[in-house]
Amino acid sequence: MQHYSGFGLFKHSLSHHENWQRAWRNPTPKKKYDVIIIGGGGHGLATAYYLAKNHNVTNVAVIEKGYLGGGNTARNTTIVRSNYLWDEAAHLYEHAMKLWEGLSQDLNYNVMFSQRGVLNLGHTLQDMRDIERRVNANRLNGIDGEVVDPQTIKEIVPHMDCSDNARYPIMGASWQPRGGVARHDAVAWGFARGADSFGVDLIQQTEVQDLIIEDGTIVGVKTNRYGDIMADRVGSVVAGNSGVVAKMAGFELPLESHPLQAMVSEPIKPILDTVVMSNHVHGYLSQSDKGDLVIGAGIDGYVGYGQRGSFPTVEHTMQAIVEMFPIFSRVRLNRQWGGIVDTCPDACPLITPTPVKNLFFNCGWGTGGFKATPGAGHVFADMLATGEANEMSKPFDMRRFHNGALIDEHGAAGVAH
Amino acid sequence: MTQKNRLQSGGRIDRSKSLTFSYNGQEFKGFQGDTLASAMLANGIDVIGRSFKYSRPRGIVAAGAEEPNAVMQLGATEATQVPNVRATQQELFHGLVSKATNGWPNVDTDIMSLLGKVGGKMMPPGFYYKTFMYPQSMWDTYESMIRKAAGLGRSPLETDPDTYDKVNQHCDILVVGAGPAGLAAAQTAARSGARVIIADEQSEFGGSLLSSKEMLNGKPAADWVAEVTAELEAADNVMVLPRSTVNGYHDQNFLTIHERRTDHIADLAPAGQVRQRLHRVRAKWVVLATGAHERPLVFANNDVPGCMVANAVSTYINRYGVVPGNELVLMTTNDNAYQAAIDWAEAGRKVVAIVDTRQSPAGDRIDAARKLGINIITGSAVIEVQGSKRVSGVSVAPISSDGSTISGSVQRLSADTVASSGGWSPVIHLSCHTGSRPVWNEDVVGFLPGPTVQKQLIAGAINGSYSTAKALGEGVEAANSAIASLNLDAVAVEVPATEDVAEGPVQTLFHIPHTKPTAAAPKQFVDYQNDVTASGIELACREGYESIEHVKRYTAMGFGTDQGKLGNINGMAIAAKTLNKSIPETGTTIFRPNYTPVTFGAMVGRDCGELFDPERYTAMHKWHLENGAKFEDVGQWKRPWYFPKAGETMQEALNRECVATRESVGILDASTLGKIDIQGKDAREFLGRVYTNPWAKLPVGKCRYGLMCGEDGMVFDDGVTTCLGENHFLMTTTSGGAARVYEWLELWHQTEWPELEVYFNTVTDHWATMTISGPNSRKLLEEVCTDIDLSNEAFAFMDWKAGTVAGVPARVFRISFTGELSYEINVQANYGLQVWEKLFEHGEKYNLTPYGTETMHVLRAEKGFIIAGQDTDGSVHPHDLGMSWCVSDKKPFSYIGKRGMKREDCVRENRKQLVGLKTKDPMVVIPEGSQGVFDKNAPIPMPMVGHVTSSYYSAVLGHSIAMGFVKGGLNRMGETVYYPQADGSFIEAEICSPIFLDPKGERQNV
Amino acid sequence: MFYIYCPHCGEHREEEEFHPKGQAHIVRPLDPDNCTDKEWGEYLYFRKNPRGLHHELWVHAAGCRKFFNMTRDTVTYEIKEIYKIGEQPSVVADS
Repeated sequence: MQHYSGFGLFKHSLSHHENWQRAWRNPTPKKKYDVIIIGGGGHGLATAYYLAKNHNVTNVAVIEKGYLGGGNTARNTTIVRSNYLWDEAAHLYEHAMKLWEGLSQDLNYNVMFSQRGVLNLGHTLQDMRDIERRVNANRLNGIDGEVVDPQTIKEIVPHMDCSDNARYPIMGASWQPRGGVARHDAVAWGFARGADSFGVDLIQQTEVQDLIIEDGTIVGVKTNRYGDIMADRVGSVVAGNSGVVAKMAGFELPLESHPLQAMVSEPIKPILDTVVMSNHVHGYLSQSDKGDLVIGAGIDGYVGYGQRGSFPTVEHTMQAIVEMFPIFSRVRLNRQWGGIVDTCPDACPLITPTPVKNLFFNCGWGTGGFKATPGAGHVFADMLATGEANEMSKPFDMRRFHNGALIDEHGAAGVAH
Repeated sequence: MTQKNRLQSGGRIDRSKSLTFSYNGQEFKGFQGDTLASAMLANGIDVIGRSFKYSRPRGIVAAGAEEPNAVMQLGATEATQVPNVRATQQELFHGLVSKATNGWPNVDTDIMSLLGKVGGKMMPPGFYYKTFMYPQSMWDTYESMIRKAAGLGRSPLETDPDTYDKVNQHCDILVVGAGPAGLAAAQTAARSGARVIIADEQSEFGGSLLSSKEMLNGKPAADWVAEVTAELEAADNVMVLPRSTVNGYHDQNFLTIHERRTDHIADLAPAGQVRQRLHRVRAKWVVLATGAHERPLVFANNDVPGCMVANAVSTYINRYGVVPGNELVLMTTNDNAYQAAIDWAEAGRKVVAIVDTRQSPAGDRIDAARKLGINIITGSAVIEVQGSKRVSGVSVAPISSDGSTISGSVQRLSADTVASSGGWSPVIHLSCHTGSRPVWNEDVVGFLPGPTVQKQLIAGAINGSYSTAKALGEGVEAANSAIASLNLDAVAVEVPATEDVAEGPVQTLFHIPHTKPTAAAPKQFVDYQNDVTASGIELACREGYESIEHVKRYTAMGFGTDQGKLGNINGMAIAAKTLNKSIPETGTTIFRPNYTPVTFGAMVGRDCGELFDPERYTAMHKWHLENGAKFEDVGQWKRPWYFPKAGETMQEALNRECVATRESVGILDASTLGKIDIQGKDAREFLGRVYTNPWAKLPVGKCRYGLMCGEDGMVFDDGVTTCLGENHFLMTTTSGGAARVYEWLELWHQTEWPELEVYFNTVTDHWATMTISGPNSRKLLEEVCTDIDLSNEAFAFMDWKAGTVAGVPARVFRISFTGELSYEINVQANYGLQVWEKLFEHGEKYNLTPYGTETMHVLRAEKGFIIAGQDTDGSVHPHDLGMSWCVSDKKPFSYIGKRGMKREDCVRENRKQLVGLKTKDPMVVIPEGSQGVFDKNAPIPMPMVGHVTSSYYSAVLGHSIAMGFVKGGLNRMGETVYYPQADGSFIEAEICSPIFLDPKGERQNV
Repeated sequence: MFYIYCPHCGEHREEEEFHPKGQAHIVRPLDPDNCTDKEWGEYLYFRKNPRGLHHELWVHAAGCRKFFNMTRDTVTYEIKEIYKIGEQPSVVADS
């Protein structure tokens, strides 16, 4: 792999940048692999990378129906945090966070991981109880975080309305300084380049149309461009389309695919240096390095594979943003789009064996997939290499929806009094 | 400064209305009818910005929504700043203040451009992915430099003084665009009687006709435009919306229109007017007549100010009376663009040459140019531009017939303006918004709208039909097809006679070759705003970023505020060529809303500030305000939190309220509790199915507490339900859960048990509810209620009676959330305040004390009563709460939640269970949300055993009390739990019963 | 934003008046107490989640408060059919 560096840029500028190597090959697939990963998004590529790097399993193909990193990796609001409530989830996301912290160097690809901090605002007494509960849990789990008061919030985000005039005044927040944002596309490309350098075949524009299952064991996949490709183990990492692959395998999953919308403003000069999220007024935003305000909305409540959602969801989100930041009222919204998020009832993922032997699923990340990318890839690689869950992935078995051991990250989703 | 580029006559400006505006602090003049861009060009302003990556000087390129460079900061005051306004779309008004958005110290002498020149070579696309990684600790510094360099304009720092609104519209036919096709469509549709909306982003209707000298019916086209517009404006069935951009096309023909009502008048909307309006339109049919954008060609240094799109030159001359230079070189692949040179020559300025990439072009416009004596150089191209802040000359060379290589020697021409045209790209954005994939059309050399499930029709240039005659015809045709489907009668319109212009074929050419390879040639810009060059696209492809989406994302092509309207097709073509693929094989990126950016305020409308979310008040709210209540937000309700007296801290107020209630009598406004009236012969059966406890035998006149679970067995709401009559119940819910519970009941009834005869009605707002609680509550009630026997024998705990309270018909429930003797008085909401005040008149002698939610929480916690939502979180079942007493396994029907709470994980040992917690130091209150551990010396990550859900200081008991979850807590009475705090300390607590006061429950039964 | 025909009101109304309530035709097991954990879990959580035709439950929440079924294409978002609770769809997926 050609090493990237500032000096390299200088050297290549002398030859008009005509001699850069390809970031990854465009190979014709072999007939058989040790492992096939369906889905070349961030998670799939990370899985391939860690399979090769940590487990020395390099006879691997990633089969992607479109282009690498073209699904939710390309469509999310790039927020990274690990301040989850329940131990199982917190450990998994913190595992990802630790990997994020050295990722650019590990991949020799700058994923622009910017640890600018994440604020989760509280607007009611119950919000604040939940925040205290979560931050305390984080602290005892070794995850950074503190509860901050409105004065401190005002110092971190001077342009937010922290006054009592707000409909739901800000009462406090949790603050995770190590949280932040990353350049989403670069994450996919960095993992792709890394995986390719170990010999992993990245097969783009190739759709898996069926699974080849013999006696309850998967032995390969049928593709539209290259016919049958065989494998000892298959991992499905297709996010919103997980239900489609599950249907090929003959089972249902405990999830639904919903539209999740996001939007960006026109680029403006730096004005927001951190990530601000509010569940109560229901919107979140950060500012990209390019200057866009990157804004997230809630999911639409219906099943949708159209990569678009309903306009009122966007309107409600913009109301929340202007409620928090009245000064942004005259800024303009440039683009809005949607992804397909596969959401489990407990808002936690599935990293799981399936009723089909040697077929494994990594899915159900809902709105939380991007931030977990390296961690999810890391533990799923372990599962594909060993054929079983490890301590970290075990709680995310789909059988928890049979025995009731859910990991309810909706938090206090009961009711308000 | 004089308007040196302004023509003496012509154009659609009003020379009698001179307007003053400022740009970068200097004053200039323009005319009514100008855009900011045309006024700047009239004044000879060349440099209007700096590019963001290389800091190259940039000028105005286009005349409309596709303009990538002229992105200005507008606003005379801090509060009225608007970032990134496209000068080509901003109408000039008197006093307009504009600034360039980049350049330091200013756009003319930008120090960053030195860096751009030197460092530019080291900044190929994606350079930031390849560097700034080492040392890791430096990234924050690098990043802040990157951030400062980006960003275009700036946000205002003060709150927007303007208002915005929204209007919902329904129509039969929405016509998007008021050029020839749109006007013809709207006229046809209007005459049929259909309800029509026609919207156009420009200040006046006419579209391309405003920019040309075309004749219709032998008269200037503008006359026809005026006639049709007048007819539409006069028609009752037509809504005419100028300055209104249809910016989003959503499912089932829902479209949004962003109307700018006052931006052409002033910074700040005149008093009483909204600045902008969002129309939310549901249309039976949509006719897209959105036209096309001309594509510039890609050649070396094509970003030097003075390089423009050919049609923009015509627009500035014909519409604004501005010739944006003195010496023009036009480069074209098609006949149409000749008009720019013809217009230029007719304006009396010099056309140096028309450089046609085609070997032997032939057509009417070519003849016309020849007739004017213009030098036409065929089979050639402008391969490079000279100049830095303004074009000073061009290099022209012969090219091969396929346009791929230079085939002869280079000649230099002197010029200050270079217009180019590579043909037109239909404006298909709206069609793409619906998920429809566009289709490449070789004849048109552009993408056309693809198949769609929407009721959408297209007409004119969006369909690749670029002649006015075709556009008019298709407009009529589209309207007629919609009219037929709507079963309306078509009424013929007179399509005006057009001039027949014979045109030769367009050459398919996007990227002009250079004598040097692309990578070594001077920069050839594809996307001006993001500094994306042809060599950058080639590099992306070479590095393996082969999908057009990868190219876009790696180079940032099309990510600007213009969303690549000028550059995307050129970029795709260059990528296709590099990859040796066809354009359809390479594909296109997908356009998303918004077509052009939309003000946040317009998307928010009135739903901000105090109307962000409605506030719900109880009937007694006025009293609470007058008596100094602090409020808590509970759902949308404003509930009194506590009632501090002058000088009291919150804790002092709570202590006083608690003690007064326990010692005498307190009063709570409980109106916000959800109330659902349930009737029908199967109401009782229904209750038994949705609650965990039995309801079969609850007698008329009795109340009962119930727990409600989901099918997973987890508690989601609770409340007291009263049997009002044999087939009549009143259910209460939590304040925040009322709507959810109501929908839940309806769901089960309508979808699962429709055979049960039961009816639900939500009556929360019908009643004002006041709870008097404490040993003197009976005495107080006796004073205002004489028709109910309040004795313990006649009116026992958990009974309810109808009667009269303070002269008003009332329902009185003897239920208690405090553990004290309590009465919940319900009266019709309109009487609430009167009854409340009456109680205070009589209550003074008992020290009747109002209390809010916080004291309610303390009092109930002293009794160990849960609050759903605070002591539950969707992951606990009734047994976890120690409320097995409220679960019946004997009911014949397997009620909701029964099976769920018997799943393997729900019946395992050692689940977290709700218990009481007594701190070792009685004065220490454990902060709510504290996480408990058994082993205070365990290393991080510490095994946590459960959190504190409710915790208070109890003035009545003289010590702190708490409830919380502890693993296996119900079997660990007396054991110690440690609560580590953020400051490193531990609070030690003993597990105990959550019932701290009156464990036998005697006080409520007196 | 969907334009939804409420079969109870007999009118098309905007999506904002409605709530989607998930997959339609999920029948509660008649004898929950004798369901295995697996059966109960599948009733509770496992869903068809189809890419294509989908039968879903909606409620006219800010209207008549009645539930009804909708058959909708989850890719194009086209609404193919609206029918009342207890009725069966006439438009169904091929497989």
